[in-house]
Amino acid sequence: MAYKILKKKRLAPGLYDFLIEHTTIPLYARPGQFLIIRIDERGERIPITIAGVQENSVRIIVKCVGKSTYKLAMMKEGEHVLDVVGPLGNPSEIDCYGRVCVIGGGVGIAPLLPITKALKGASNHITAILGAATAEFLILEEEFRELSDELIITTDDGTIGKKGLVTHRLEELLNAGERFDRIWAIGPTVMMKFVSAIATRQEIPCWVSLNPIMVDGTGMCGACRVEIDGNMKFACVDGPEFDGRFVNWNELIKRQHQYKEQEKAALELFKKEAGDLSWL
Amino acid sequence: MALKKRVPMLEQSPEERIKNFSEVALGYTEELALLEANRCLQCPTHPCISGCPVEINIPAFIKAICEKDYKKGIEILKDTNNLPAICGRVCPQEKQCEAQCVLGKVKGNDSVAIGRLERFLADLDLSLEISKHRSDTENTGKVAVIGAGPAGLTVAADLARMGYEVTIFEAFHRAGGVLIYGIPEFRLPKDIVEKEVNYVISLGVKIEYNQVIGRTIPFRKIRQDFDAVFIGIGAGAPRFMGIPGSNLNNIYSASEFLTRVNLLKANEFPKYDTPVRIANRVVVIGAGNVSMDAARTARRLGAEEVLVIYRRSEAEMPARLEEYHHALQEGIIFHWLTQPVEYIGDINNNVKAMKCIKMKLGVPDESGRRRPIPIDGSEFIVETSLVIEAIGQKANSVLRTGFPGLKLNKWGYIEADPETGATNLEGVFAGGDIVTGAATVIEAMGAGKRAARAIDSYIRSLKRA
Ligand SMILES: Cc1cc2nc3c(=O)[nH]c(=O)nc-3n(C[C@H](O)[C@H](O)[C@H](O)COP(=O)(O)OP(=O)(O)OC[C@H]3O[C@@H](n4cnc5c(N)ncnc54)[C@H](O)[C@@H]3O)c2cc1C
Ligand SMILES: Cc1cc2nc3c(=O)[nH]c(=O)nc-3n(C[C@H](O)[C@H](O)[C@H](O)COP(=O)(O)OP(=O)(O)OC[C@H]3O[C@@H](n4cnc5c(N)ncnc54)[C@H](O)[C@@H]3O)c2cc1C
Ligand code: SF4
Ligand code: FES
Repeated sequence: MAYKILKKKRLAPGLYDFLIEHTTIPLYARPGQFLIIRIDERGERIPITIAGVQENSVRIIVKCVGKSTYKLAMMKEGEHVLDVVGPLGNPSEIDCYGRVCVIGGGVGIAPLLPITKALKGASNHITAILGAATAEFLILEEEFRELSDELIITTDDGTIGKKGLVTHRLEELLNAGERFDRIWAIGPTVMMKFVSAIATRQEIPCWVSLNPIMVDGTGMCGACRVEIDGNMKFACVDGPEFDGRFVNWNELIKRQHQYKEQEKAALELFKKEAGDLSWL
Repeated sequence: MALKKRVPMLEQSPEERIKNFSEVALGYTEELALLEANRCLQCPTHPCISGCPVEINIPAFIKAICEKDYKKGIEILKDTNNLPAICGRVCPQEKQCEAQCVLGKVKGNDSVAIGRLERFLADLDLSLEISKHRSDTENTGKVAVIGAGPAGLTVAADLARMGYEVTIFEAFHRAGGVLIYGIPEFRLPKDIVEKEVNYVISLGVKIEYNQVIGRTIPFRKIRQDFDAVFIGIGAGAPRFMGIPGSNLNNIYSASEFLTRVNLLKANEFPKYDTPVRIANRVVVIGAGNVSMDAARTARRLGAEEVLVIYRRSEAEMPARLEEYHHALQEGIIFHWLTQPVEYIGDINNNVKAMKCIKMKLGVPDESGRRRPIPIDGSEFIVETSLVIEAIGQKANSVLRTGFPGLKLNKWGYIEADPETGATNLEGVFAGGDIVTGAATVIEAMGAGKRAARAIDSYIRSLKRA
């Protein structure tokens, strides 16, 4: 076991781009799928979307939110993580739909990249809306500029692109008479929820990538269960992409917070050992 | 004159053991083992052997103990059973070999404690590492085994002993299947499993961890690269009651709860990174072995009150009696003839109570057990802030998408010949829980043994052709 970190790059504060050595994932991964990492003997299993593959390695982009992702971000090139399992989950349904709007928020822009590439390859017209808190958190702008027919950038504070939320830009486009055959939205759960609300009103199929808490990622535990159109689905094997119009968002958001107290305690303890983490 | 009653095994006291995860049963010392072994009548008809799914030569290994020839005893065990330290701990002996024992049929006598004697020898083997088996005749052929549970480990060990090159592909980072992530440490210490897995590896078996076949590597690739394939992926997917409120927080499947604790060591959080929730009062639904394991684990994590709710009565309970008694000793409370009908949550979506209904028993159903019928108007509320559903497992849905062409039955399990494990696909064999549905360790091993023989003759026929 043990998988080597070949490259690590800081994209923005707390946002890291990794290339991890792997022999089988590059052969079989398709857009929309994810992998699971366990950093060390005491580590938990953390699901991360596959952002791309190269001949002998897999690319992931990780946001520091808690102990495990901080620990990962602190690792150096040449070091090894203990376990990498992937690809998991179902690939995105790529087809020629016509006009597609891809919407990425924060670290969600990363998983959107391989999907957008594939959609472009299938001759879709791509409108991309990328959102970030401020200019310095915006990632992959250049890669998206190359892929999209139209690129719109928004930030919460207006430091780059237009000030406001991705949902405002989507509404603007729709109000101006723009029509989309399909939407892909990946980002914070609340963002996906509001994009889905717009899609519902406009009756546009809207793929979102759900990130409930997972354990095994192979359909064996039921931790990742979500309610889709009134039915219980396991995000790891039935998803992770679902039509956002049918997701029970409020339940998902509450399930994501199940371990808040434990996570907070673990992070505080970790910070005591690791010292100041603000440099990340 | 031999003892009428079996020699008791030492155990941790209930007060002590609910505070730790160490093994409850402590095994026999040499002295105790000799006393017990000498109770065996060495019957020429040895009915005990027919009660054992892998047909261990029981009187012979017991005789070896009496003669203090432990090396020989271990060889006899390992002739038919590659994982005796595991079987000695978790097999339902009381329903198998011990149920057939002649001595047990004599009034006032207990049957010979075959399982405890098996455990005694196997543990000795682990501490001395005195045996190694490998056949002299080298067979050539490459076999892929999917899943490192008892079925997969058995096929792999048997084929390796016949000289085949065997690779096991395992989804998790550890081998053992349910033995690792399901059965708790206090019943089956994980270092025992690890040692028996190491024995299998010592026979030349390779294990590739972190590979979910049908997902991370396509099934067709495995078929291309190997002469034969054995599928032993277990029936791991959890069933849920599916009643309103099932997705509330702090409602676990037993698989999730036990995996967090056993495989990922959530009981040592935050030293280990995986958390698990616990509450003062925990309700476990179902009364099988899995439910006993979940209830006793919850108790050890610190729950003061653990209730087990079961829709039938004590008489129909599927759990092993020994486990049930251990649970009672540990203060687990049982509510019979009770069925949950709805979960009630608080504003944060955490479960705070459940609505249950009282049941009565009607006429027997297909399973031969009396059917539970709800009693109208008998609903009542049970308060709880953590629920574990232990109502059974089913086939993983990966099977349907990841193994194209493989014939499944209507419940989603693999259709395989019970004698050989052969499936509808040429060179593909299957066995264990994924064929039978949730069963036992020894049955999975028995299926593995039969499949190993069939795979051997299949590969030989290929070579002849
Ligand atoms: C299919 C999928 C794809 C993902 N892709 C990415 C990605 O490309 N980049 C990225 O940065 N993050 C991704 N995530 C989220 C990532 O898994 C979590 O941020 C990470 O597990 C948090 O671990 P932690 O210990 O650092 O934080 P914690 O302190 O454990 O948790 C912080 C928050 O992260 C979420 N979280 C915690 N554990 C899990 C878990 N096991 N699974 C999912 N969410 C969890 C919870 O909402 C929690 O409140 C993805 C999650 C899923 C399910
Ligand atoms: C909590 C619990 C307690 C139990 N207690 C007892 C007991 O006391 N006595 C007893 O006899 N029986 C007991 N059982 C039942 C017994 O454990 C099972 O019958 C037995 O483990 C089945 O063996 P198996 O090899 O078929 O499958 P499993 O043990 O389920 O092993 C299957 C393995 O395959 C792996 N896998 C799954 N899918 C894939 C894939 N696609 N690719 C690669 N690997 C994969 C899994 O990770 C796993 O390691 C218990 C079961 C549970 C859940
Ligand atoms: S049936 Fe009982 S007494 Fe007879 S040989 Fe078997 S274990 Fe010994
Ligand atoms: S993570 Fe366990 S079933 Fe999806």
